[in-house]
Amino acid sequence: MDALISALLLQTGYNTALVSVGAGLLGASAGAIGTFVLLRKRSLVTDAISHATLPGLALAFIIMAFLTGDGRWMPGLLIGAALSAAAGLLGVIWITRRTRLTEDVAIGAVLSVFFGLGVVLLTVIQSLDSGGQAGLTGFLLGSTAGMLRSEAETIAVTAALTGCAIFLLRRPFTLVCFDQDYATTRGIDVRRVDLAMMGLVLAVTVIGLKVAGLVLIVALTIIPPVAARFWTNRPERMVLIAALIGAAAAYGGAVISSLGERLPTGALIVLLTFGIFLFSLIFSPVRGVLAGSYAQFVMRKRVHERQGLLALARAEPIYDPLTMRVLRRAGFVRPDGVPSLQGRAAAAAAVRDEALWELYRREFPSEAASIEYQGLVPISEAVPPDMVTELERRFTLKGA
Amino acid sequence: MGADFVMLNLVPLLVGVLVSLACALPGNFLILRRQALIGDAISHVVLLGIVGAFVITGSVAAGLMLTGAAVVAILSVMLIELIRRLGRVEPGAAMGVVFTALFALGVFLIEQSDASSVHLDVEHALYGNLESLVWFDGQGWGSLLDPAALAGLPAPLPRLALILIAVVIFIVAFWKELFIGTFDQGFGETIGARPGLVGSALIVIVAAVAVMAFDAVGAIIVIAMFICPAGAARLMTDRLAAQIAWSAMFAVAAAVVGYVLAAFGPLWLGFQAGVSAAGMIAVTAGMILAGACLFGPRRRRAGA
Repeated sequence: MDALISALLLQTGYNTALVSVGAGLLGASAGAIGTFVLLRKRSLVTDAISHATLPGLALAFIIMAFLTGDGRWMPGLLIGAALSAAAGLLGVIWITRRTRLTEDVAIGAVLSVFFGLGVVLLTVIQSLDSGGQAGLTGFLLGSTAGMLRSEAETIAVTAALTGCAIFLLRRPFTLVCFDQDYATTRGIDVRRVDLAMMGLVLAVTVIGLKVAGLVLIVALTIIPPVAARFWTNRPERMVLIAALIGAAAAYGGAVISSLGERLPTGALIVLLTFGIFLFSLIFSPVRGVLAGSYAQFVMRKRVHERQGLLALARAEPIYDPLTMRVLRRAGFVRPDGVPSLQGRAAAAAAVRDEALWELYRREFPSEAASIEYQGLVPISEAVPPDMVTELERRFTLKGA
Repeated sequence: MGADFVMLNLVPLLVGVLVSLACALPGNFLILRRQALIGDAISHVVLLGIVGAFVITGSVAAGLMLTGAAVVAILSVMLIELIRRLGRVEPGAAMGVVFTALFALGVFLIEQSDASSVHLDVEHALYGNLESLVWFDGQGWGSLLDPAALAGLPAPLPRLALILIAVVIFIVAFWKELFIGTFDQGFGETIGARPGLVGSALIVIVAAVAVMAFDAVGAIIVIAMFICPAGAARLMTDRLAAQIAWSAMFAVAAAVVGYVLAAFGPLWLGFQAGVSAAGMIAVTAGMILAGACLFGPRRRRAGA
């Protein structure tokens, strides 16, 4: 436990600290760009991009091994990965635009075929026998153990740069995500914005290879935005929250994995992110499961109370046990089933409210249609006061 | 084509063909129902099932592993649906959340347990190892008629033959329901064809195929075969029956050509060893799809 705390506080050496901070920056960038991708309903394109990095990695390794005898130079590997990921991305776009195959087919085809090609090239590398293949396997599932200082610096700097680019482009991204047509009328080239967005996803994916691994980096762009969606309806906040979740999970995962031998970085980061997602799914006050079932409970109680009161007013017997319980709890009905004084008053009020609602629906049908739960809440809570006065005036006129 | 071929190459080649067919046939329905990536998701979570079974029981018996994988595969499909409904999450994103998390859990368990020491490592799971299916009793073509030698056939071969037969029976028996459910779910419900139920059965079949194939050939070929042959076939014809026939042909072609290129291609070029057969089969399937994208007679949307 002490080891964990001191690692979290960056007390365990410069290298670990650098790696953790780099991972945190990467997580923030991934969460931010992932938000736009989620809003654009393209989450799984990242899956194709990440798998498509493998042949580029392997090919770059082979070429560098031939030229210099050592294939492990990280910037070279990353350039190879970026080139083949870009080819995969263009493949997805090309198949989706030029044929009648849908995007999911294009994604699946590109990710499996590129990954297959990468596997073929890996077996070629094994037969080359040049050594240093260990440098490559780290890219599959991610590793921070034994990361060189220069590598950690590359990750930190490029992650920070992509973060800035996302910040600068947030306006056009948001516009294109929410209203493509409006964006066009504002003179924004939607295709170029999309391309920029995908370019940034590609950059984040490629930098993240070493930290999270190519199979799991996709999780860092998908899960934080989905979790953030539970906490807000506003896109700017969603980007910020997703970036925070991504940063926290990536930082925490990198720190924990530096503590022991058998703690895979990518897997830890993803599991932490998933934990945050689960927490959001259950406990978010707006869209969470608990909040949702509480709202449903309140709603049901309302329906039963209203129906029960109307029944009381018409002196009808009540058979439904839940209705009876709700009325008794509210003190509208005495334990022996006879309506209380208070219950009679509430019943009369409910009848009058119901009549006002009906009048409102008849006289102002279009306004009424836009109100949620009409007839279940007192009308004075749902429509403006001057409208209530007006309705009451008309109601008395009719009654008179 | 002598005794060496029978011992070393015949079984892997047959297994490749069987897996490709068993994936490609249901793949037709997946791509028409826009569920193409279910195969991808299931192939990833199968890892957790296999490791989980090992961690719980401590045994590497094939039956246990397959059961574990099937359980996790079905659980993950339910989890995707649950998250989609409860959290109102977009389907693609819900799938992404679930399969990456379960895959991560699988990786974590492998590292934590002793699974990595018993042939259960992540790379094996991803690449598969088609080349290891050597038929030691297959001393020549004559062995195909020798009951004793046939009994020594690697276990995945008969298993995959059975699953392929099951897939074919499923498609033939529920042809009408699958057809209606794929093109007009609402109509199917009104005439009582239970398209929802048959749709779930399709997912179970896909999971079963993925699990069986995973053990023998790894995840990558499975994902490629669910999508590429059926996708290419979709660009050849407008009729479902014809599309399925095309996809079967493409699947066999990809398996045979891919395997031959992987096993013998490098030798022809003067290298010592072959390359990954599973990877090469996936690449060949991709080539076929690319060809169909460029030259397929029905490659454009009607009217577009």
